[in-house]
Amino acid sequence: MKKNSKLKTQASSVIDIDYVSKLANLPLSNKERVLFEKQLKDVLSYVAKLNEVNTDKVEPIDHIVDLANITRVDETSPSLSQEDALKNAPKTYNGFFEVDAIFEEQ
Amino acid sequence: MKNVSDLTIREASDLLSSKQIKAQELAQAFLEIAHGQNKKLNSLITICDDAALNQAKKVDKLIANGQKLNPLAGIPIGIKDLFSTKNIRTTAGSKVLENYIPVYDATSVDRLNNANACVVGKTNLDAWAHGSSGENSDFGPTNNPYDLLRVPGGSSSGSAVSVASGSSLAAMGTDTGGSIRLPASFCNVVGLKPSYGRVSRYGVIAMASSLDCIGHFTKTVYDNALVLNVTAGEDGFDSTCTVQKTDDYTKDIENGVKNLKIGIPKEYFESLDQKIKGLILEAVKKLEKLGVTVEDVSLPNTEYGVATYYIIQPSEVSSNLARYDGVRFGKTREKFGSEAKRRIILGTYTLSAGYYDAYYLKAMRVRRLIRNDFAEAFKKVDVIICPVSPTLPFKLGEKVNDPLQMYLADIFTVTANLAGVPSLAIPCGFIDGLPVGMQIVGPDFSEKLLYQVGYAYEQETKWYRRRPSI
Repeated sequence: MKKNSKLKTQASSVIDIDYVSKLANLPLSNKERVLFEKQLKDVLSYVAKLNEVNTDKVEPIDHIVDLANITRVDETSPSLSQEDALKNAPKTYNGFFEVDAIFEEQ
Repeated sequence: MKNVSDLTIREASDLLSSKQIKAQELAQAFLEIAHGQNKKLNSLITICDDAALNQAKKVDKLIANGQKLNPLAGIPIGIKDLFSTKNIRTTAGSKVLENYIPVYDATSVDRLNNANACVVGKTNLDAWAHGSSGENSDFGPTNNPYDLLRVPGGSSSGSAVSVASGSSLAAMGTDTGGSIRLPASFCNVVGLKPSYGRVSRYGVIAMASSLDCIGHFTKTVYDNALVLNVTAGEDGFDSTCTVQKTDDYTKDIENGVKNLKIGIPKEYFESLDQKIKGLILEAVKKLEKLGVTVEDVSLPNTEYGVATYYIIQPSEVSSNLARYDGVRFGKTREKFGSEAKRRIILGTYTLSAGYYDAYYLKAMRVRRLIRNDFAEAFKKVDVIICPVSPTLPFKLGEKVNDPLQMYLADIFTVTANLAGVPSLAIPCGFIDGLPVGMQIVGPDFSEKLLYQVGYAYEQETKWYRRRPSI
């Protein structure tokens, strides 16, 4: 994958849809790949507008209302029951979420 | 008595407390309207007959017992289907969650329930709140009650339409880039995007967490303040919700606008549609007659708003939607609609190794400049008045195949989200029978002032009385 550090050089670049859809764990049809490639190219050329702004001396903003280190008192309180937590799960097993195997059996 | 759908919350609340109408009768009447209108407008994904009637029954008992109740007690409300509602299906407008039934309430819903409001329905929306027209809903588009062939604005499309058409007296929405203000403007209702952190986001399905705000729609400014009185304030479940004290937002609302300074940001008016510009400047003149002084201000980075927003927002969307894997709830990822997929791809790309600094970090730098613009302007003026939308409500289908054009519908609204400041959208007239709204924008946590200005203008015009014929 291309690694350009400047937005300007990427403006004309096209998203590597196969690579990104793998990163996003998002299956796409061929039709979607073609369509998104075109549409997102338009969006990327539009956002390249930000190159006009000199931000050399500007710190990126982090939290908009200046809150920091918000914690709660370390006390237990009622929370969801196991039964409630599993209520919407498509597959459960013995009170757990059931997922497809990640590693194949040897 | 007048038609129930013409009532304001204030009027309905008086009727209830003076026992001229029962909460159950009121709930029944609104449920009938909801069922009757939904084929035409498609503003509701789920109509909650049982929940509304049970709550109304409880309210009638409390009133009979002479209890002092919140003004929202017995008031029929709609909830955007992005808010978790215990035991009531919550879809986010997406097939991914078409069978999802939350086991807890969002904090704002919990507070409304405690104030004894009656939830009549879960309102339609662009799936995951992605959209400016309502057309991205997997449950079909919502129609504008003032012209059924036009969009109601999005993403809180169903909430705006429900209030405008009279199937509820208030409705909750979310605003990440204009999703309350745009539909409010297109449907002749009042919509508040509060300051970032004013209202808890707990239990509301997250879109872009550094931008998301929880707000609501009502017919009038006073009604809007009544709802914020219930929803605002600190919440132990949302660490981004501020500990800043809340006000009684209805107090001083009638104080008028004498000696206030209103700023007109030139960047918002330069290439604005002449008719829309005319209506907004007419509104400013009305306020001048009431005693405000008007001053030109500049928000020089306005033109970078949409570009900044369309980096930050999809980046955060891709991260928030990563949790939908079909393991704990909901269906699998191929069920996402086109717009969600587009944003996941774009956001994953802008956050990916080698691109993060050039896109997300760059955008967060420009975002600081946009916030600084507002801070500078508010040194000179108390509030800013500007348009909500560059166009009138557009035709259904007009922009669906051109995402960039759709994104540009938010050109005047994204800046308030990027800056974190509150903005109140209120009706300011009609062009060719279609509603037009304007924004009153203020400094952080100035909601009370925004209501004061909005209320003063509304007393002169009462656009909310011009109801759609459906």
